[in-house]
Amino acid sequence: MNRYSLWKYLLIAASLIAALLYALPNLYGESPAVQISGAHSTAKVDANARKLALDTLNAAGIQPDGVFPEANTLKVRFKDAESQLKAKDLIQSALGEDYIVALNLLPQTPGWLAAIGGKPMFLGLDLRGGVHFLLEVDMKAAVDKQLEKVAGDIRRELKERKVRYGRVSRDRDSVTVQLRDEATLTAAAGAIQRILPDLSIQQFNKEGDYRVVVSFTPAAQTKLKNDAVAQNITTLHNRVNELGVAEPIIQQQGEGRIVVQLPGVQDTAKAKDILGRTATLEVRMADDDQARIQAALSGDVPAGYELVPMAGVRAGMTQSVLLKKEVELTGDNITKAEPSYDQNNNPVISMGLDSTGAAIFRTLTAENIGKSMAIVLVEKGKGQVITAPRINAQLGGSFVIEGGGMTVQEANDISLLVRAGSLAAPMNIVEERTIGPSLGKENIEKGFHSTLYGFIAISIFMMLYYRLFGVVSTLALGANLLFLVALLSAIGITLTLPGIAAIALALGMAIDSNVLVNERIREELRYGMSPQAAIQNGYGHAWATILDSNITTLIAGIALFIFGSGAVRGFAVVHCLGILTSMYSAVFVSRGIVNLIYGYRRRLSRLSIGQVWVPQQEKQA
Amino acid sequence: MEFFRIKHDIPFMSYGKLTTAISLITFIIAVFFLAYKGLNFGVEFTGGTVIELRYQQPADLNQVRSAVDQLKYGESQIQALGTTRDVMVRLPNIKAKTSAQLSNEVMTVVKQQRPDVELRKVEFIGPSVGEELVTHGLTALFLVCLGIIAYLAIRFEWRFAVSAVIANMHDVVIILGCFAFFQWEFTLTVLAGVLAVLGYSVNESVVVFDRIRENFRKPNMRGKTVPSIIDNAITATMSRTIITHGSTEAMVLSMLLLGGPALHGFAMALTIGIVFGIYSSVLVASPLLLMFGVTRENMIKPVTVKEEAVV
Repeated sequence: MNRYSLWKYLLIAASLIAALLYALPNLYGESPAVQISGAHSTAKVDANARKLALDTLNAAGIQPDGVFPEANTLKVRFKDAESQLKAKDLIQSALGEDYIVALNLLPQTPGWLAAIGGKPMFLGLDLRGGVHFLLEVDMKAAVDKQLEKVAGDIRRELKERKVRYGRVSRDRDSVTVQLRDEATLTAAAGAIQRILPDLSIQQFNKEGDYRVVVSFTPAAQTKLKNDAVAQNITTLHNRVNELGVAEPIIQQQGEGRIVVQLPGVQDTAKAKDILGRTATLEVRMADDDQARIQAALSGDVPAGYELVPMAGVRAGMTQSVLLKKEVELTGDNITKAEPSYDQNNNPVISMGLDSTGAAIFRTLTAENIGKSMAIVLVEKGKGQVITAPRINAQLGGSFVIEGGGMTVQEANDISLLVRAGSLAAPMNIVEERTIGPSLGKENIEKGFHSTLYGFIAISIFMMLYYRLFGVVSTLALGANLLFLVALLSAIGITLTLPGIAAIALALGMAIDSNVLVNERIREELRYGMSPQAAIQNGYGHAWATILDSNITTLIAGIALFIFGSGAVRGFAVVHCLGILTSMYSAVFVSRGIVNLIYGYRRRLSRLSIGQVWVPQQEKQA
Repeated sequence: MEFFRIKHDIPFMSYGKLTTAISLITFIIAVFFLAYKGLNFGVEFTGGTVIELRYQQPADLNQVRSAVDQLKYGESQIQALGTTRDVMVRLPNIKAKTSAQLSNEVMTVVKQQRPDVELRKVEFIGPSVGEELVTHGLTALFLVCLGIIAYLAIRFEWRFAVSAVIANMHDVVIILGCFAFFQWEFTLTVLAGVLAVLGYSVNESVVVFDRIRENFRKPNMRGKTVPSIIDNAITATMSRTIITHGSTEAMVLSMLLLGGPALHGFAMALTIGIVFGIYSSVLVASPLLLMFGVTRENMIKPVTVKEEAVV
């Protein structure tokens, strides 16, 4: 009766082997590497860049330990830190400023393990060291900005449609248009409906007071907020790239918060400076006169002009553009930049301006048909031309930029750059943490030691007290630790210090199930059951208790996970997983081992579970 | 080797009045300190900046204090952190300055005094985050209780559920009382520990309740009174209770002693929680169960509305 069918043994063996495989990468450690990525979205780490980087290394006689090309990055692993530093400088000078070469650590997971998805546990900042920021997007400002645009759009549209209107005023979360009579009211509402179909438009007509009130529907408001966060994340990504951080984490947290984690960065002041920087966009006029351009390129820049380099120079394009110093429009007036297609299905960028911008732009383009203008991204006082299109006609509030032979990817990249230049809404830092690398290392060490010594203490006690069954319990506990580590590694859960505490606690609590089983078996023996029946009943009776107690603990764990943040959540994830693995290992795996030991013996007279004291015996003696 | 050779059931229930009185007194003392002294909330809750420094040689706290005081940030706190070389500086939120500026200024003054200092950690929490944590913490606490009551009410009976939760809240309040009394820092990690205790301690009550239910169903227990059935259940699980908690406590103590300052509060909350967890599940939850008038019929026939209607 204490025998498992073959498939159960196979399942245990298979799960143990899988756990061993996925836990294995944690033992290999890390080695120095460099990570190459584009400095901005137009600089791609393509085949050419890869080849250039590797050729440079070859020429210098540095042998990389491993090369890992990824979507838009290239990671090169080295044997020692010395060649890593040398390689970084070499590659940086070979590829130039358009690429970022960052120092990194890469796991030394062997290829065959990596191929089946094996990777070491991902360590949180408190274990690795680095900077953590929690930024809050000012949603009110985002909504305000958007309402301002809506008001401008309405004014322009009504003017164009020649609908006479009174005051257009912006309230807390709506825009009100004052109108004269019923006819203009209907006309205005219709016009607004056409240009702003996603908004809620209400008409008021009371005793000679004609008004249209435009406000965001809850859905539109949610979309607006999400877009604001998404755009800010894109902007942050671009800025963080400049810091040369190997694996930055930039994620939305909750409704309007963004977490930025920069492992390895110690200089918070610089990080904050770059994150909080405001980039501006400028529209300026370019000079197309070839003679003057040539003169400027050879060093003779005319007064009132300057040479501005092109961002992400492509083959067949000029390196720099000669621009007038006057700024015609700024990014504040640009409301939209999206990739789209023209009638011939060629990729274009569709741009939108607010009403002030449109008015300026109309005059500007009317006067300069046939000339070129340039959109310039200014960061830290340094300008870069994103695109320099020719003006073909008088343009208004919305227009398209056609680039001769622009690819879809380029249209995407340029519109992203135009959009990402500025933040959709201002952000405040609400939480900030810097953890020194030595503290991180110490935290790992201390967490590891406390788990190890606790485990040893429990194991020794269990083996002394329950003998062979204690050994089985220790094995089950070890299996539990293995399953937990394997799960955490394979799922890719970020391990933090509270997470390590949760591993330790999971082991301390997992022993409960083992003790319940062992005590129950002793009790059955005390009542005079045969050894085989005692094992059977012991596990059977203990199961109901184990299930109940673990489920209640799990309820607490899940609530912690849902409502916790930061440290609490890191604890809760590991805690919940630990409860699940402990049920599997303490009941299923340990029973499997006991079955293997005792289940196949015909005549079993006693179990090695320590002394079983029976009250009656003492009375007789 | 067997530690527990208990020949007769220990009459735990006859001490009911005494233990309830003890629990009530400790509970009231804990509540008193919570109300009177309050919790020493960590920077996560209050907002502010915490800077951790490490010196090569043992640091002089008064020296550091005078250095920080000359910056005139208002109410700042300087304390040793685990060792004599680690120092924690806690500063209030200052509107005009960012935490990076703050930490740079502090580093400059302490470096002037002693060059052998290293910046280990800077933590800045804005004031709005703290309030949110408190609400979320309380919601979590409430939901954990609700979830446990619901599960135990389905698996056992409402009397069991309510007694278990009251016993656990008793543990939680006592841990909080200890933190208030000693003015230990109450951080987010400690909150995780306290909530973990809630789950852990209910686990303990469930084991005893499970035995009580089993005893009610056993034919040879038919003639026994309810208190003696409960006594039997507690006695039978006694050995397991002590061994399990001993093991968990070994793990937690290992964390308390070896885990360093970062895990200290967490391990402390659990250490207290486990000790009181044993006590409360045996001597608080079970007497409460008796007080609520649990009977054999409650467990064998779950529907007992009739009986209550007659009374």
